[in-house]
Amino acid sequence: MASNIPSLTRRQFALTAMAASAALAVPQAAAALTVDEARELVGRAVETVNRIISSGKSESGMIRDFEAMFVKFADVSVIARSALGPSARTASASQMKTFTRAFQSYISRKYGRRFREFIGGKIEVTDARPLKSYFEVISVAYLQGEAPFDLRWHVSDKSGRKLFFNLIIEGVNMLASERAEIGAILDQQGGDIDKLSAALASA
Amino acid sequence: MRFSDLCPLHAATRAGLSRLLLAFPLLILAGCATPPAPLGINDPLEPVNRGVHGVNVALDRAIVGPGSNAYGTVMPKPVQRVVNNVAGTLDLPGDIVNDVLQANPEDAGINALRLATNLTMGVLGIFDAATAIGLPERPTDFGETLHVWGAGEGVYLELPVLGPSTARDMVGMVVDTVANPVRLLADKPQANAATAVGIFARLGDRHRYSDTVESILYDSADSYEQARLLYLQNRRFELGQTVDGATDDSFVDPYEDPYGQ
Repeated sequence: MASNIPSLTRRQFALTAMAASAALAVPQAAAALTVDEARELVGRAVETVNRIISSGKSESGMIRDFEAMFVKFADVSVIARSALGPSARTASASQMKTFTRAFQSYISRKYGRRFREFIGGKIEVTDARPLKSYFEVISVAYLQGEAPFDLRWHVSDKSGRKLFFNLIIEGVNMLASERAEIGAILDQQGGDIDKLSAALASA
Repeated sequence: MRFSDLCPLHAATRAGLSRLLLAFPLLILAGCATPPAPLGINDPLEPVNRGVHGVNVALDRAIVGPGSNAYGTVMPKPVQRVVNNVAGTLDLPGDIVNDVLQANPEDAGINALRLATNLTMGVLGIFDAATAIGLPERPTDFGETLHVWGAGEGVYLELPVLGPSTARDMVGMVVDTVANPVRLLADKPQANAATAVGIFARLGDRHRYSDTVESILYDSADSYEQARLLYLQNRRFELGQTVDGATDDSFVDPYEDPYGQ
């Protein structure tokens, strides 16, 4: 499971450190995310997804590839924190780390498994627009024998990197749905975050 | 994909309207405003709804799920496609009436063209020729008509067998069923056949989306809450009821809320 943790390589670490110091030195230079950049990020994520669904790999292979895509293009820690809700405030750093890791693998299994339904289909980015303090990139998913459906990606650079933090599928908000689900599991586990993480790991 | 399509047997009921209703709605239509988009979850009957949900899950486990799997695996795929196409074509007269009641000439025209195309080129609805020539379906229902006329969503309801709904959508479903033009115009055996085709089409959908349905009903920690959230968000999206792109207020910007810091 250790391989599931999004870990910075030394090169990424160096780049991040440089970016951070550059941002500190000249705040104006840290240009805000633009519509085109958000669109480009989702374009690359979509390309990766299209490659996964046409790869012909086994389900476990697709889940692994999905997890890699998720780690590369999504703000996993902020998604995990938001899904956990108010309990994130009282959790210790190590509890958050364990929870985030369990959440990442849970999400990958849950959504990666569903990629089976996407085989033979494709996603196309159609539009992008600013929305509140972030950007919404609109795409359409074409699945075999289905009416096309609307898939939206919310992108932000508030973490210091351009990453997506939410998916809206035909109006259904992934973050809201996971927040409800994680809250329900936390209740089942008597509000104990360590038990929640363990439950997610075996979910 | 419409979430309502996923609900077991929702179906039997889609589409349709009565002559009775044709008599009065135009005066309601005049000058009614669309209500503000609902953002919260209005579920005062939650204890009752949860009871019904428990029964629905048990029903799905015992009958609907296995039945749909039997249908989906035993019935040859081309036959299933024909059943879906016929069911879709049978929904069109009701859709057209609803489009007219919604004062939506574009959708009324497209659905009328779909009906004509599928009845002719599609050999009496056996093939969905309309979709093939670039006229994809534009389903609607009387719940949407009520929305266009200014009716609010009302309380959330989970209906026995039919699944998630709202007060408005339940009324819509009843009207669509009892006033379906196909039912009203056909004789009894034909109307029953139409209902049967609708039920089989819905079993086919339950089979086709079984991964999704089962992950909601059986794999979630609180399947009632997940089904409610999915239904309300998806339905509001269908009806164009979004505020800043959101279909309810359960979403908090993770970079702005206190837990995101």
